[in-house]
Amino acid sequence: MQYLLTSICSLCMVYSGWFIDRLLGKEKRGKWLTSGVLLLTLALVATLPVYGTSYAPILMTTIILYIILAVSWTMFSGPTGYMSLATAAFFGVGIYTAAFMAGDFPPPVFILVGGAASFILALGVGALTLRLRGIYFAIFTFGLVELIRHVLAFIELHVTGTRGRFVFGVDNETIFYYMLGVFVLLMITAYFLNRSKFGLALRSIGEYEAAAAHTGVNVTMVKIVTFAVSAFFMGAVGAIWATKLHYVDPGIAFNPLFTFIPVLMAIFGGMGLLYGPIIGAAFFTLLKEFLTTTLAKYGLGELYMLFFGVILVAAILFMPNGVVGVIQRLTQKWRKGGPVEEHADT
Amino acid sequence: MQILEGEGVTKYFGGLAAVSKVDFSVTKGEVFGLIGPNGAGKTTLFNLISGAFAPKPGVIKFRGEKISGLSPHKICRRGVARTFQDVRVFANMPALQNVLLGSLFGTPTGMSEAEANKRAIELLDFVGLSAMKDIPAGGLTLVNQKRVEVARALATRAELLMLDELMAGLNPTETAEAMELVTRIRKRGVTIFMIEHVMKAIMGVCDRIMVLHHGEKIAEGTPKEIATSKKVIEVYLGE
Ligand SMILES: Nc1ncnc2c1ncn2[C@@H]1O[C@H](COP(=O)(O)OP(=O)(O)OP(=O)(O)O)[C@@H](O)[C@H]1O
Ligand SMILES: [Mg+2]
Repeated sequence: MQYLLTSICSLCMVYSGWFIDRLLGKEKRGKWLTSGVLLLTLALVATLPVYGTSYAPILMTTIILYIILAVSWTMFSGPTGYMSLATAAFFGVGIYTAAFMAGDFPPPVFILVGGAASFILALGVGALTLRLRGIYFAIFTFGLVELIRHVLAFIELHVTGTRGRFVFGVDNETIFYYMLGVFVLLMITAYFLNRSKFGLALRSIGEYEAAAAHTGVNVTMVKIVTFAVSAFFMGAVGAIWATKLHYVDPGIAFNPLFTFIPVLMAIFGGMGLLYGPIIGAAFFTLLKEFLTTTLAKYGLGELYMLFFGVILVAAILFMPNGVVGVIQRLTQKWRKGGPVEEHADT
Repeated sequence: MQILEGEGVTKYFGGLAAVSKVDFSVTKGEVFGLIGPNGAGKTTLFNLISGAFAPKPGVIKFRGEKISGLSPHKICRRGVARTFQDVRVFANMPALQNVLLGSLFGTPTGMSEAEANKRAIELLDFVGLSAMKDIPAGGLTLVNQKRVEVARALATRAELLMLDELMAGLNPTETAEAMELVTRIRKRGVTIFMIEHVMKAIMGVCDRIMVLHHGEKIAEGTPKEIATSKKVIEVYLGE
């Protein structure tokens, strides 16, 4: 039952991504109908705590968390082609911000501060590293996760003499609504980012960075700002997530899995369109939930990673553009006879 | 009036002097040609002017102000635009958006999106691509991709346009059209600095020509002077 409900809600999230993609594609037909459906789907998700089991919103919170991480990672790494492995760093900064502030401040405050802290960190890191190309950038950003984790562990051990922190808890329903709120904010941001001239500059950088620079685009600035905006969302959801954990230490907060899982989700779903990473994130989170609970019955709970691996390898081999690529090919076939895109001039 | 001047412009790649102590100047309003054998350092000189690298040592001035050392987008906004030998269009973006990028980001003072759009449309029309404005640039033929590059460069309100082998790979009809395009660009008041291997083209449209060989400047003069220079014939024309 909870799988059915959360799957339906996940589809609603996918739909909202698809809706934004469609708006950005300047598709005008059926505007009222699709907007109506959007409101309906959002209402359906928002009322999940009312009609769902008590566990449904908890699972849905995790799904939305991964959706936000995957989408915000794609927001920067998709168009620019720079492989950022710093997701766990920004997420962790959000977690630790909340660990210090929750209890003394209301959630909106520490969520914003968590996001802002990651935003500022990303500005600094971006200014330092976005001149690096390819693999060097990836390695440096991953180094950042390890660096912060070890520095924090060192400080806790030798300076403050503590071991981790307790986090003031917030009830599950409230966490769910904040997570959903950040998702809506992310969708709105993605829409305006893509539609603006800033988005045009970002795409040109992804296509040919040198040409963009020689056409007057301040490529470094555009990359840094986008990197920081994506980090804001990672930090914000980190702060929300912290209140669910009750206890955090550097190893929990700066877990490299929070870097890798969203990347895999985005690749699986496809990075060309907004709904791609959403599909990937929802699918993998549900799959993980299903596998861990099913396998746990046989004491094989940790085997789910093996399934992940197999699915990913298959996905990369057989659908290079992710689920989105497959869907696009299918719809093109389905429309055969209609206007075929003409790409060669004469 | 000199619009572009270089003094002792030098660039080493490891131990190789790709451009070595080159002095040059381009006069406002002229078409200035740059020729030389393969690997002579022509593209590298363009890269130095447009800011892909900084000369070391050497100084480049545009309208009397030093531009060497500035980043490419700043140099572009000062009024220096270019095309690339290995045609670099934004392949997945419609032709119009390619050009729009220039008018949105590359102009000295910036302009509203409506104005930028108008300018992009005007320039696509200028290079004869109005009909293809919505086609992704990667789907265009080579000659049309080159035209998109020219329109994109002009959209930045460039005063100096650098063309890196605009005619390479074009058939005779297209070459003639490209020569005619160069003449029309000049009539807009844009100064042109062009690298070319097609002799007929360069001799036909240039006011003055400079010759590079192994990174060094070996000659400079009118097309007639260049065509009859012994030194030039030895290293290049006589091939
Ligand atoms: N980025 C680079 N790194 C290292 N060496 C380079 C680089 N760019 C150019 N070179 C070298 O510098 C020399 C000059 O190259 P350049 O491209 O400027 O020649 P060119 O005159 O434009 O030749 P062509 O007519 O073939 O285009 C060549 O030996 C080339 O291999
Ligand atoms: Mg060259």
